[in-house]
Amino acid sequence: MLGRDWRAGELRVLAAALVIAVASVTSVAFFGDRVSQALLRDAHQLLGADLALQSDHPWKAQVAGQITRESLQLAQAANFISMAFHGDKNSLAGVKGVTENYPLRGKLRIAPDVPVERGPARGTVWLEERLISSLNAPVGSRIRLGRADFEVAAVLTLEPERSANFFNIAPRLMMNLADVPATGLIQTGSRVWYYLYAAGSPEKISAFEKSIQPRLERGQRVDNLESGRPEVRASIERARRFLALTALLAAVLAGVAIALGTRRFVERHLDGCAVMRCLGATQRRLVALYGFEFALLGIAACAVGVVLGYAAQLGIAAFLAGLLQAELPPPGLLPALQGFLVGLVLLLGFALPPLLQLKNVPAVRVIRRESGAPRGSALAAYALGMAVLAALLIWQAGDLTLGGYVVGGFSAAVLLFFMLSWLALKGLTHRRILGRMKNRSLRYGVANLKRHARGNAVQVASLALGLTAVLLLTFTRHDLVEAWRRSAPPDAPNRFLLGVQPDQLAQVKQFLEEKRIGKADLYPMVRGRVVALNGKPVNEADYAEERARRLIEREFNLSYMDSLPGHNQIVAGRWLDPNRDEISVEEGIARTLGWKLGDELSINVGGESFSARITSLRKLRWDSMKVNFFVIAPPPLLAPYPASFISAFRVEPGREQALNELAARFPNLTIVDVGAAVRQAQAVIDSLITAVEIVFLFALLGGLLVLYSALVATEDERRREAAVMRVYGASRAQVTGAQRAEFLAMGAIAGLLATLGAAAIGQLLARRVFELDLPPSLALWLAGPLAGIALLSLNAWLSSRKVLRVSPALTLRDSV
Amino acid sequence: MNNKNVLTAKGIGKVVKSGASDLVILRDIDLEITRGEAVAVIGASGSGKSTLLAILAGLDTPSAGRVEIDGADLFALDEDARARLRAMQVGFVFQSFQLLPGYTALENVMLPLELADHPEAERLSSEILDRVGLGERLDHYPKHLSGGEQQRVALARAFVVRPKLLLADEPTGSLDADSGAGVIRLLFDLNREYGTTLVMVTHDESLAGRCSRMLRLAAGRIVA
Repeated sequence: MLGRDWRAGELRVLAAALVIAVASVTSVAFFGDRVSQALLRDAHQLLGADLALQSDHPWKAQVAGQITRESLQLAQAANFISMAFHGDKNSLAGVKGVTENYPLRGKLRIAPDVPVERGPARGTVWLEERLISSLNAPVGSRIRLGRADFEVAAVLTLEPERSANFFNIAPRLMMNLADVPATGLIQTGSRVWYYLYAAGSPEKISAFEKSIQPRLERGQRVDNLESGRPEVRASIERARRFLALTALLAAVLAGVAIALGTRRFVERHLDGCAVMRCLGATQRRLVALYGFEFALLGIAACAVGVVLGYAAQLGIAAFLAGLLQAELPPPGLLPALQGFLVGLVLLLGFALPPLLQLKNVPAVRVIRRESGAPRGSALAAYALGMAVLAALLIWQAGDLTLGGYVVGGFSAAVLLFFMLSWLALKGLTHRRILGRMKNRSLRYGVANLKRHARGNAVQVASLALGLTAVLLLTFTRHDLVEAWRRSAPPDAPNRFLLGVQPDQLAQVKQFLEEKRIGKADLYPMVRGRVVALNGKPVNEADYAEERARRLIEREFNLSYMDSLPGHNQIVAGRWLDPNRDEISVEEGIARTLGWKLGDELSINVGGESFSARITSLRKLRWDSMKVNFFVIAPPPLLAPYPASFISAFRVEPGREQALNELAARFPNLTIVDVGAAVRQAQAVIDSLITAVEIVFLFALLGGLLVLYSALVATEDERRREAAVMRVYGASRAQVTGAQRAEFLAMGAIAGLLATLGAAAIGQLLARRVFELDLPPSLALWLAGPLAGIALLSLNAWLSSRKVLRVSPALTLRDSV
Repeated sequence: MNNKNVLTAKGIGKVVKSGASDLVILRDIDLEITRGEAVAVIGASGSGKSTLLAILAGLDTPSAGRVEIDGADLFALDEDARARLRAMQVGFVFQSFQLLPGYTALENVMLPLELADHPEAERLSSEILDRVGLGERLDHYPKHLSGGEQQRVALARAFVVRPKLLLADEPTGSLDADSGAGVIRLLFDLNREYGTTLVMVTHDESLAGRCSRMLRLAAGRIVA
């Protein structure tokens, strides 16, 4: 029976829907499984020790002393970003200075994949492959870092910690910690992370951890094997959830396709069932018969889906290979089971309710055909399937709120699209509008919109959903990137200069003037941390939002100046009075941290604190590429503290040589090529997007399948209608014209809705996430409706060919 | 050929391929039907009567022979021209009504007039629905009408274009005796009022007896 129904083509849509849903869910599950296995395997390597202590300022000597006193092994490291030079090439490098015994747990690996016991010897550096090629500095060559030269001794292929750092932008340069002072790179204003590593017996480690925990200062943290690297786990978990939700979107769409497909299957089998009932088949037997058929189909489709999902995750892993430093172990079996489970849920939830109607077919239908037609798609019948799917979505989202948003958002979108389609169909078929249409075919086709209103609204809504996804991934994504690029004016600075020391200020200024690099303002920069608000101590525990916690925990940049910089704008309060203890704060950080005009902040700079009142809020354009500060104070307040200077300026193409000279004369400076950084970030984002697109492809296929099954669902009716029209004298042109007009209108509505959806989501992303102005895109507004019209015109053409191929006598006899 | 003939068929044959062999459904059928006649075509199941009706309407094509409606050679015309001819001259009633489910009773009746772009489609349609006793149910959809009522809508749709020729295929086949009798009464009444020529396929001998002439079909031939 399965073979017979398959050949009749009725089960193919069902099978395709199941395959897509299962493939989509398993691809993400397989990938997630591999990543978590890698994290588990590398747990001890993740830290490079049993305990890692991290600080944004140097550790006091007694902490290291305590580690050795308690007969634990000790290793140390310092991380910072700096410039490395080789000949006329230079590149930003993520420098890590380590003691020779680093790491205490796990091993470093150098090319060709050899594990080594000790870190780089003094006078040598190990570079990651990327850095070797950008500096053109092979093993054996000498590179310069700050004021010192080093021999490139090896290509670093693996380091602990790094394996879990999925998205590193600056390539690694590893050196001996004892060589760091000679470079002169760690100065006032440098952002350096200091690490202490400890290893030893579990009792001693835990005793030490207990004793150090209460003595940690702000900006200091202890990671153990259990906590691992929480931020790494958190970011991987977020990425996985996002992919999983997208995958489930495909599953939801597949569910809709399955429900539509099964309904048609049932409609076509009603007569057969009535006959079987006549011949004495019990209800139980009918259910068993079709249940078995569907179960067999489900198992086969799920198996194909799992295989396809496995292949797709290979693709995801390949696209992310550049970002994932770790080698991924092969996936386990659990994701396959998960896929089967989802397939089963879909089949039970969405195919069973209509299928069960078959058993209720009265035998009398054999005589009276009108009896026992399937009831309209009673929402209640699908309640179970929808509830289970909603539960799956919430489970994948990982928390109730996010899951609720996703479920709610998706349902709201579907409902909104459905309602808008329905309203548009009704509006278009209003008597007054119809009356004005002179063309007969057009009028007929448009009138048909109302006659098939419910079916058509489903079709329009599903087409609109699918198209929204496509438009978002193509036009809106492109527009966002373009808007971001354009938001920097053409004369925007393209280099940042960091770490200018006060005694270098005059020379650097003179150099920039001589080389006519243009007007470069050098701003003083002081690093500080907010310790109290209105006299009450603050710490990260006071904030729930992650961004707020990060802001309050870290040191941030303060500056002092007499007048408001031109690219800043005061939105509340007044500019600083130089004779009072006042500060001006960026409005965004004030909002995030809950600061208001008149609040008094206590700020700690290098161990000393001062207090000042907020007298103005400023609005900045971060995308202006100019130097910006969260907090600005009048000079008398901040000048006594140690400061370095920072500048942003524009170097016209062809004058980069001057930068090499600048870097050579002042090796402690860090020059950041904004363009290169943007390009690098873009590359990271691109590979992420590609990986997401693989999953989106499933969602898109799901959407198209819904569209197809929705169209097929009304096909029988359309065919009969065309036959009746022809019996009553409609020409071929009239039949095709009416169908074309109907589909054209539907395509236009769907395209318009999808365009609206993509544009709205695009604006939301631009304003809330990227803080950009996104001008309306002509291309999107043209392409969206056109795509809708083109898709449905193609369908109209195919469908009217089918309708006209058969003689009306045959069609009508079939439907008798 | 008599110019009083509304319908003339000459040497109609229909052969369909069935696997390797040919299946002969109709062979060498000649008939002439004059204006105002009511002709019943009777025969057992599979005798080919429905196929004959479809060919006479130009819904199906014969393997041999020719059909003229009001002097026009049906199969010398292309499909669209045949459709135009049907639109103006031929009405249909089917056993299974063939009302469009998405259309109201009124819209179903208006269909042939609208296809011909008739300016008064709505007025004429409501009048004839009134005539068949469904004046109160213009806006009802077929699923809300009984079988007998549905067939009356179908009759209204067939007669609304004032056809010269009405083709009916087992018009009471799906109805119980009472509503069947009502529909037949209405059919013959309308036939008289509109001066239509009727060709009706049926296997009901008593119904056939009410027609002015009876053609008996057996194994694809006219036997009486």
